[in-house]
Amino acid sequence: MNRTLRKSTLAMWILAPALAILVGAVTDALISDAAPGEAEMRAEVAAWGLTDLALFTEARYTRHPSQADRHAAFQDHPGALEHFPSGALMPPPPHLREPTGP
Amino acid sequence: MNGFARQRYLLDFTVASLMRRPGRNLSLLLVYTLVVFLLASVMLYSQAIKGKAAALLQGAPEIVVQRMEAGRHALMPAAYLERLGRLRGVAEVQGRLWGYYYDPAVAANYTVMAPARDGAAPGQVRIGAGIARVRGLAAGDVFSLRGYDGQPHAYTVAAVLPATSELVSADLMLIAPADFRAFFGLADDVYTDLALSVTNPAEVRQVARKLAERLPDCRPILREEVLRTYESVFDWREGMLLAVLAGAVFAFLIFAWDKATGLSAEERREIGILRAIGWETGDVLRMKLWEGGLISFTAFCLGYGLAHLHVFHAGAPLFAGVMRGWSVLQPHFALTPQVDALQLTTLFLLSVVPYTVVTLVPVWRAATVDPDSIMR
Amino acid sequence: MIELAAVTKTFNAGRPNEYQALRGVDLAIEAGRVTALRGPSGSGKTTLLTLIGCLARPSSGRVRLAGEDISALPERFLAELRLRRFGFVFQRFNLIPGLSALDNILLPAYPLGLPYHELRARADTLMASLEIDHRAATRVDWLSGGEVQRVAIARALINDPPVIIADEPTAHLDSRLSLEFLALLGRLKEAGKTVVIASHDPLVFETGLPDRVADLRDGRIVGVTP
Repeated sequence: MNRTLRKSTLAMWILAPALAILVGAVTDALISDAAPGEAEMRAEVAAWGLTDLALFTEARYTRHPSQADRHAAFQDHPGALEHFPSGALMPPPPHLREPTGP
Repeated sequence: MNGFARQRYLLDFTVASLMRRPGRNLSLLLVYTLVVFLLASVMLYSQAIKGKAAALLQGAPEIVVQRMEAGRHALMPAAYLERLGRLRGVAEVQGRLWGYYYDPAVAANYTVMAPARDGAAPGQVRIGAGIARVRGLAAGDVFSLRGYDGQPHAYTVAAVLPATSELVSADLMLIAPADFRAFFGLADDVYTDLALSVTNPAEVRQVARKLAERLPDCRPILREEVLRTYESVFDWREGMLLAVLAGAVFAFLIFAWDKATGLSAEERREIGILRAIGWETGDVLRMKLWEGGLISFTAFCLGYGLAHLHVFHAGAPLFAGVMRGWSVLQPHFALTPQVDALQLTTLFLLSVVPYTVVTLVPVWRAATVDPDSIMR
Repeated sequence: MIELAAVTKTFNAGRPNEYQALRGVDLAIEAGRVTALRGPSGSGKTTLLTLIGCLARPSSGRVRLAGEDISALPERFLAELRLRRFGFVFQRFNLIPGLSALDNILLPAYPLGLPYHELRARADTLMASLEIDHRAATRVDWLSGGEVQRVAIARALINDPPVIIADEPTAHLDSRLSLEFLALLGRLKEAGKTVVIASHDPLVFETGLPDRVADLRDGRIVGVTP
């Protein structure tokens, strides 16, 4: 009997790796422990009374989005959305990034 | 068993028929995968970073009290500490000393903090890994900055904070409270703001209300508001990205719609042949269901898997810029791989179901034509 | 085997383009013999064939298959009958382009869900007897005319149906291929199949293959020989 590969078998050969990738991603997520440093960071937050992530450090008014401040674009609503996108999407042009002063 | 064999035969036919236009169907699969990948990446990234913020800020002060002067943030007199300490339900009050320092040498902003405990000894500084990186500093070096009076203030770097904690400490400078006051020219009887902890976490709101009555010129910021801020900051960014991606998604939808609904005369004739040789309407529909399901499910699996790799193991190079913004002192951090059943289901329903339905509708119309049509 | 009584078929009923394809046909088709429907185009041969092959229902009159009235059966049951009782060879053969010969041959068997090895064995036997086994994996678009007609026959036979229906099978073949095809039909008759063929090709009748010929004109049977 002439043995040709059944097309449904072929489909499984495509579907199985795809499914394996999905299952792999889910498994990876399930078995992954907290990223390194998480316990450390929690300790630092508690010890120093930190209120914000150091994600948006480019300006004073973006550094602590949850804390209204003298420089804050939006002072009155701690839950308010950032007025200026904290963290511009792109860095300023290089000539503006030249350090000034001493 | 018979039903299974039947489905398998239908799958045989579906694949054989897809393989007739390998280039077309493969490119469809690729584009489809790309769309799922983009959507899943954005969703995974914002979910992960929101989760991260929530997990880390769990230990933030339960209430921060800021004083207002003419509607602006002002320094907090130490006397307020006394007035608050007697408030029922407040376990502890602490004056916080923190501020910003712009370092023109590297054009970066530092957050200067003088914690009451676990801070730094007088004359010493502990700096975040981000500062150490941009300034090229290590423990033992002398870190000299210009104070409010224009005079240089020098501190010995006692330690660099661990790089693994950059997400909260990249730009931190911890110095002693006395050094802080000398550096910024602050009087001894003021604080930046106050941090409160309450005895019963369930009473935070009541405490905040009483506090606002007792100190009318002050404003409390609750920890839940802090957490909500991060939630909305990233929601907003996710929304912005999704809005941009919506264009791509709609383009794909139009493409898929066109491909799926535009049943060619050839396909119509094929369905006629199948009906004539004895296939039921249901068989034709199931065959098409396999076709739509196979393509969309494969794209869903691949897209999600690739998005997982992209976000959690490659640092999300495509979106990190938009989600995190730009800054000189960018913290280095890794997101914890995670999966959310609801998110996975949403993505599945969004990617697999519409396409499958769109393939099915026109076929359903064609499959009900008379089987003798191909003989006429 | 198959009996038609006072059968009519009207297309587009009630509309300006209403067209009566059959106007009262009575015909009995005997098992194990070759019946030919002869007539010019538009005489109703093909329409009659669709009624015999359960592809369509008559507008009025009765169609009986092995004694059972099938004229009012729902489409689902007609599909089942087509699957198990009939093998079809269409004009131009109507193979599905792009698929291999084997895939085309297996098509009518898919809804039955037989074990694959059984079905493959059956297809291999059929292909061997029709001498197309070496072309099994070839796309039907690349087959020669003679191979295409044999694939079409193999497809009609894969479910081992008792009745073979052929609509103008020689209309697009040259004389050599037509004769070859008719010889194949002859072999099927010898194997005990009932064959119904619609044609206006004189060659079909010259070979003497049909045991019975029904002449049609304007939707009526004008004569049956013998």
